[in-house]
Amino acid sequence: MGVPHPPHARETVVLSQYFGDAEARTYKGWVKRGGYEALRKALALSPTAVTEEVKASGLRGRGGAGFPTGLKWSFMPKEKQKPHYLCVNADESEPGTFKDREIMRWTPHALLEGTAIAAHAIQAEVAYIYIRGEFTEPLAIMERALAEAEAANALGRLKVVLHRGAGAYICGEETALMNSIEGKRGNPRIRPPFPAAVGLFGMPTTINNVETLTAVPHIITRGAAWYKSLCLSNPKSTGTKLFSVCGHVQRPGTYEVTMGFPLKDLLSELCGGMHPGRTLKAVIPGGSSVPILNRDEVERCLLDYEGCVEVGTMLGSGGVIVFDDSADMVYQIMRLARFYAHESCAQCTQCREGTAWTTKILERILAGQGKPSDLDLLLDLADNMTGKTICVLSDSCAAPVVSGIKKFRDEFDAYLTGKKRPEAA
Amino acid sequence: MTSHHPADEYQPVFAGATAERLREIGGRYPTKQAALLPALWLVQQARGWISDRNMTEVAEVLGLTPAYVKGVVTFYTMYHQHPVGRNFVQVCTTSPCNLCGAEDVLRAFLRHSGAGDPGATSPDGGWTIVEVECLGACGFATPVLVNDDFIESVTAEKVPDLVRRYA
Repeated sequence: MGVPHPPHARETVVLSQYFGDAEARTYKGWVKRGGYEALRKALALSPTAVTEEVKASGLRGRGGAGFPTGLKWSFMPKEKQKPHYLCVNADESEPGTFKDREIMRWTPHALLEGTAIAAHAIQAEVAYIYIRGEFTEPLAIMERALAEAEAANALGRLKVVLHRGAGAYICGEETALMNSIEGKRGNPRIRPPFPAAVGLFGMPTTINNVETLTAVPHIITRGAAWYKSLCLSNPKSTGTKLFSVCGHVQRPGTYEVTMGFPLKDLLSELCGGMHPGRTLKAVIPGGSSVPILNRDEVERCLLDYEGCVEVGTMLGSGGVIVFDDSADMVYQIMRLARFYAHESCAQCTQCREGTAWTTKILERILAGQGKPSDLDLLLDLADNMTGKTICVLSDSCAAPVVSGIKKFRDEFDAYLTGKKRPEAA
Repeated sequence: MTSHHPADEYQPVFAGATAERLREIGGRYPTKQAALLPALWLVQQARGWISDRNMTEVAEVLGLTPAYVKGVVTFYTMYHQHPVGRNFVQVCTTSPCNLCGAEDVLRAFLRHSGAGDPGATSPDGGWTIVEVECLGACGFATPVLVNDDFIESVTAEKVPDLVRRYA
């Protein structure tokens, strides 16, 4: 099992403080490090007071959408008339993203504590943690931690259930995740109704990402004002964020920095830059579903929700994929399209057909059989795949294709004009 | 004349300890149906794959129709609808791992295991190798699942040793 790097001087280590510290995984070890203090403090407060504190901290969802967490909690009915549920999204499957895996592997009790605090805030008696089926190791660690926490009666009245997925990226979409827990195919649901009104088993439900919940105990312990002060750029993006960096860098891994940290410094200083003799070509900063950045944009990009939008992309999940000058962008974009075609739940026509045809056209271009009109066809397809479906999987497939054609058109043209020969498969 | 040998009779998965385990899992959810994914995992753990007959049994146990159960089984990629080799290997070849040589890792597994093609089983029944989309460990390229063992940072050079270790 890979051990994380020692913290870099420019990291702001909050969530990742105990990454690599095996003792922190045990209940005893976690309590020794101040664990479960925040839960005790939160349980002494009213659910509304906890929600208000999280609202004031500025914490936003770390799964990709960036929705304010406290506000999401406040949508739950105040007068409880039915069971309330909390779902924890540990179905981390967005290419480039592997931060929640690190949280579960190293600090499982931090997630359980955050889960218990959130459950108190939304008055849920059961929390389902949905862990993707392939995460055999995090699942085993979470099972051990949950058994210890239950034995120590650390979670109060809350019942926590670990639910193992079975291989489906789409189950990371919140309504698909709920269907999957209910024993159904993981098809996203049409909204409204929103989960806070009609969610899991038809009851009021809140879904939060692993990283989001793991930040909550720190906010309760150290206060909203402290969390809000962690900000290097836009005051709407507060706290720290885990960035999982992969692809062509010297030191891939999970790095924790304050919101607003420059992307170029993350790559050149924390990750050790490119491999010798290589230069940077492109970066996808927020998981494969967000637009690709070219070198100039990487230079200017500040890593927070607004900073990413400013350079035409999104912060997403914080999965940073780095491409150096050896990468064939046409091939890599085809691989991403193939991913979405494979993972489409096939409910919506635009997505089922769009992701499949996008992949086929890109494969045709790579095989040296592309037509001059193919790029326009791809862009037209992408237009029909954006904003027209139940969930955003289809939009996510379109994002790298559109930005890829716009920014690396010469690489597409090289295949289309026969300047670049297809590689022997 | 037809005769029924005991060996031809279907042996239910949900008997004894496994039935007890499913009952315990069922208690975690407010509906019977919600135990479907866990029930399918129990079948696969017991039998190595999930046959149509197994699906019928799961349907009976949970009060669903066999067609409904099949609809769910076919949605999720990790449930095997056919027997697989003693060692089932999933190699991630999505973009981040692809940049770091994942396709070489896949080719090395296919060659050294004798499986030949993705999804095929080696003639000795020992190996089935499949290419999968993102395993969620992109910073540890290339991650590979051998059965339930999640192995990080696999390179093509390390594959022969891995194959020997599991053979």
